[in-house]
Amino acid sequence: MTTPSRWRALTRHHLFWPVAVLVALLLVNVPFTPDFFAIHMTNGHLYGSLVSIVLFGSPLILVAVGMTLVIATGGIDLSVGAVVAITGALTCSYISDQADQDSLSGVFLAMGIGLVAAVVCGLWNGFLVARMGIQPIIATLIIMVAGRGVAQLITDGQIITINSSPYQLIGGGYWLTLPFSIFVVAAVVAVTVALTRRTALGLLVEAVGGNAEASRLVGIRSRRIKIMVYVFCALCAGIAGLMISSNTSAADGNNAGLWIELDAILAVVIGGTSLLGGRFSIGGTVIGALVIQTLTTTIYTIGVPTQTNLVFKAAVVIVVCLLQSPKFRAKVFGARARVTAPAEPAAVAETAPKMEVS
Amino acid sequence: MSATTRTPTTPESRTTSRSARLLGDRRLPVLVTAGLFLVMYIVGLSRYQNYGFGEPQVFLNLFIDNSYLLVAAVGATFVIMSGGIDLSVGSVIGFTTMLTAWLVEDVGLPLLLVVPISLGVGAFGGFLMGYVIHNFEIQPFIVTLAGLFLFRGLCLVISKESIAITDSAVGSLAETRIPLGVGDLSIGAVVALLVLAAAFYILHYTRFGRRIHAIGGNEQSALLMGLPLGGTKIAVYTVSGFCSALAGLLFMLYIQSGDPLHAVGMELDAIAAVVIGGTLLTGGSGYVLGTLFGVLVLGLIKSIIQFEGTLSSWWTKIATGVLLCAFILIQRVMTTRKKV
Amino acid sequence: MAEPQPVLEMTGIVKEFPGVRALSGVDFRLFPGEIHALMGENGAGKSTLIKVLTGVYTLDGGTITLDGKSVRIASPLQAQHAGISTVYQEVNLCPNLSVAENIFIGREPTRAGRIQWKRIRSEAAKLVDRLGLDIDVTAPLSSYPLAVQQLVAIVRSVGTGDSDGEGSGTKVLVLDEPTSSLDRDEVLELFRLMRQLRDEGVAILFVSHFLDQIYEICDRMTVLRNGTLVGEHMVRDLDQVGLIELMIGKALDQLEELHDHQLHADVGESLLKAEGLGRNGGIAPFDLDIKKGEVVGLAGLLGSGRTELARLLFGADQSDAGKVTIGGKQVAMSAPNDAIGAGIAFCSENRKTEGLVPDLTVRENIILALQAARGWTRPIPTAQRDELVAKYIKALDIRPANPEARVGQLSGGNQQKVLLARWLITQPKLLILDEPTRGIDIGAKTEIQKLVVSLSEDGMSVLYIAAELEEVLRLSHTIGVLRDRKLVAQLTNGPEITTGKILETIASGEHQ
Repeated sequence: MTTPSRWRALTRHHLFWPVAVLVALLLVNVPFTPDFFAIHMTNGHLYGSLVSIVLFGSPLILVAVGMTLVIATGGIDLSVGAVVAITGALTCSYISDQADQDSLSGVFLAMGIGLVAAVVCGLWNGFLVARMGIQPIIATLIIMVAGRGVAQLITDGQIITINSSPYQLIGGGYWLTLPFSIFVVAAVVAVTVALTRRTALGLLVEAVGGNAEASRLVGIRSRRIKIMVYVFCALCAGIAGLMISSNTSAADGNNAGLWIELDAILAVVIGGTSLLGGRFSIGGTVIGALVIQTLTTTIYTIGVPTQTNLVFKAAVVIVVCLLQSPKFRAKVFGARARVTAPAEPAAVAETAPKMEVS
Repeated sequence: MSATTRTPTTPESRTTSRSARLLGDRRLPVLVTAGLFLVMYIVGLSRYQNYGFGEPQVFLNLFIDNSYLLVAAVGATFVIMSGGIDLSVGSVIGFTTMLTAWLVEDVGLPLLLVVPISLGVGAFGGFLMGYVIHNFEIQPFIVTLAGLFLFRGLCLVISKESIAITDSAVGSLAETRIPLGVGDLSIGAVVALLVLAAAFYILHYTRFGRRIHAIGGNEQSALLMGLPLGGTKIAVYTVSGFCSALAGLLFMLYIQSGDPLHAVGMELDAIAAVVIGGTLLTGGSGYVLGTLFGVLVLGLIKSIIQFEGTLSSWWTKIATGVLLCAFILIQRVMTTRKKV
Repeated sequence: MAEPQPVLEMTGIVKEFPGVRALSGVDFRLFPGEIHALMGENGAGKSTLIKVLTGVYTLDGGTITLDGKSVRIASPLQAQHAGISTVYQEVNLCPNLSVAENIFIGREPTRAGRIQWKRIRSEAAKLVDRLGLDIDVTAPLSSYPLAVQQLVAIVRSVGTGDSDGEGSGTKVLVLDEPTSSLDRDEVLELFRLMRQLRDEGVAILFVSHFLDQIYEICDRMTVLRNGTLVGEHMVRDLDQVGLIELMIGKALDQLEELHDHQLHADVGESLLKAEGLGRNGGIAPFDLDIKKGEVVGLAGLLGSGRTELARLLFGADQSDAGKVTIGGKQVAMSAPNDAIGAGIAFCSENRKTEGLVPDLTVRENIILALQAARGWTRPIPTAQRDELVAKYIKALDIRPANPEARVGQLSGGNQQKVLLARWLITQPKLLILDEPTRGIDIGAKTEIQKLVVSLSEDGMSVLYIAAELEEVLRLSHTIGVLRDRKLVAQLTNGPEITTGKILETIASGEHQ
């Protein structure tokens, strides 16, 4: 392959632009913090900006990974923030009621309760969407609205603080010199990838998202699959909830995971998965979440006043989406006018009725 | 053999069933909404009659207290009927309150000048989003989400803290009441009703409005029928931006301050109102009158919770969620049962 | 007498896509007051030519002249303004709007910006009346069957003329496969309308795969093959055989062999028995006994219930009454999974909406049914999967032969083959094919029919639904005749069974 065509093949890879933006964002930091990429060891723990990014971005990565599968089936889940709050609230509330907050069995039981609650939320969402046929944006809105109320009900409107070192490990602790949360994230991502690509689940999810009726006629149990993805998404949100409350050793029904669903959806889209459903990319989502987290870190590092955080976020989102849009690339990188030809007749051929291409 | 001698049967899954022929089918969700609103109102009447729930002013207060939401929801109706969605509504409302408050209080411009500026900025924002959505074929969800972040960010850029409005023009406008015999309406409520009427007219009596129906019904067909797809889509988002800005002005009248945290999440209220009102999220069918009822239902929920009195803030959230859920399920069950 | 001038002249049209020259210097002329057929196999370039004419594609070379004046058509809107109206196979109207509105949208009569609904209703009623239709213009379009919707599309194209002074009246009407979903009566109605328009001077371009219809209604025809013009003839000067030879370059006696073959073939014992199986609003309770290796063809008009019958056997719809026994054991058909588990496969007539997942690759679409049957926990091993896919791509001659191609980009015929491959891979005992040859060129049609015969020889049972009675006649051992949602007769195929006999049976509603 010649260099220009190798370059073209590279830029066409679905992960190219998200990774490019991530790298660009990371590099922006260097003039401001020359040792940005440095990682040093203190007290047996690794520290450094890169470590922080993954550490602080862990909850988002988790939620976004779960969200990816839901979006792949053509749905959406706005309730993840509330699920984060509920899980944290239940777990902390249980631990704080224990006589010995450090007892492992107590901590595990608490976590179990929290995650079961998350699964119940997922089942409810799945039931509404798959069995009742309610549009996902509305169906998940219900828990989004009521869920925080439930979380506050559990904590009685207070912020519950606990003092449990085993529990603190998940979000705030270290293991093998790295923050423990990185291991949790890595495990969840690995399990998800294995589940979707080593089994046929990924294919079936993509089929359901691509054409639900055709999937039914092929013998795919679309309902079951849809319910599964909503449960999985809620479970991921639950784990993120454990992580967040563990990090602060507290449960805040009001603010835990606030608006995380929007960031998660953004991460999924930046990573290349279409909101219409079908093909998805877990790797892309992870990169997308890292982009969002890096953005926050970069803004902080380069000393831009934090109130412009959101404006920059908007800018990065738009830039990435524009880059991913074939029409935009055609208009701007103009010389590729010919490249648009297959995109157009193919697109028109599908949308223009029943006329065969050529 | 002429076409009418064939009764519309359902051959080979190629045509629609007889029941879909009845226009009532598409209006059904609206009727259900209106019906449920009535039911809820009656329940409220029976439960709180000793607390003044039966006063006509309580009903008119629904309009006064939710005028801004009505305007925002009307704008959202346009967008959703065309098959799109606008998540920036809440942020534009918040930004408008900040911009207006800043211009009036800190810069000292007269309200008369500030109003068109705010409306123009909102409309322009909508225009930009519509342009990007149509010309670069990016999903409306994402573009308006970016809009959400952008406008919320701009709020913070103007000021991190809230700006109280002490301007007398604003104050007197906010306090003006238009007597109706049985009660009064605020200027905001009147403006909202005017916007509703205008929207009704546009959607039913102008080519632009009909084009929105067509695009929402089948975008590909609309394109092949030669309708100006791009112009209409961009216009729809501009209208939504304008309505959000106007809603922001009404909200500011109501609250008399600008705050970067105003109207956070209000786009979801607007979308909920539109959907409850019977407009399909997929586009092509919907009624602004339905949106009116959707807003009234949401307002009534708030009102009932207020009358209940003893609910803590979290019970409010739970109650809202439960009522919303009940509503959606009932609507779903009733509409699916009609279709054979 | 002066030579009549063509209203439309396309000269030297060239259209290229990366790697493909779809049209190489094609000439095409259309005269006013004629019905002109554009013929050619898939890939011949006829749909590309039409898209160039109607502004969906821009041409890379050549010129278009309308009424002697050169025109540039860069969008569907420009084509319309130039006087070229198109009615597509999938009716391109908005089903949520009323009939009157569909006719007028984009050019509604207004007074001071306000739409005059009364005028729209009355004028729409007049237009619809003028063209001989009797429908309620205020009803939503979706309440009418596809046939009527198509006629409304034609009314929109030719009826409104200059209500807003923009553009010219319709000079050219392009009808792209308008009869694919119509029954005989509806086709006649369409033809009546076409003749009326032709007599008014409109030039009509008619694209269809139904050769009989071409010969019935068209005056002249143009034949394309491989992107070039191979002939322009008066219809009366070229017979069907000659036409087919022009189109595919080879004679077509293979199909005759198939018929002979099936008449002499044997079948095995009973495979599937349906007893009293029925569904309210779908099909009246029926009995059907399908034997091993038998091809059961279903004949009937549009709306007679053939697809409903097939869907009941597959569990795609739930039955209200009756039972299905396979190999002596009763099987509850409540979902497609039950049928698939019992060895039944179903190729739906709606390829796009019920068949393919357009964004997935050819490979993924092909193995989908097999994978679904194995469940998500047992993925097909990669080597085995690739081997199977390659085998079927080759066997069915799917083009392009690239398993990673997005299936949405393939032509209709190849998409149908992908669907067939998907089900054949599951090695079903009973294969249900609903309109497998619809909208497909002659070459692919023949391949599919030959495939059906060879499958039945190997012991697979086939339930075959096709609109063309000849196909059903050619391939079936037994012919089920349906009328008005009832299975009225089952005929054993033999030399005395002709299409006429089947039509009689349909008309009389009972076995004679």
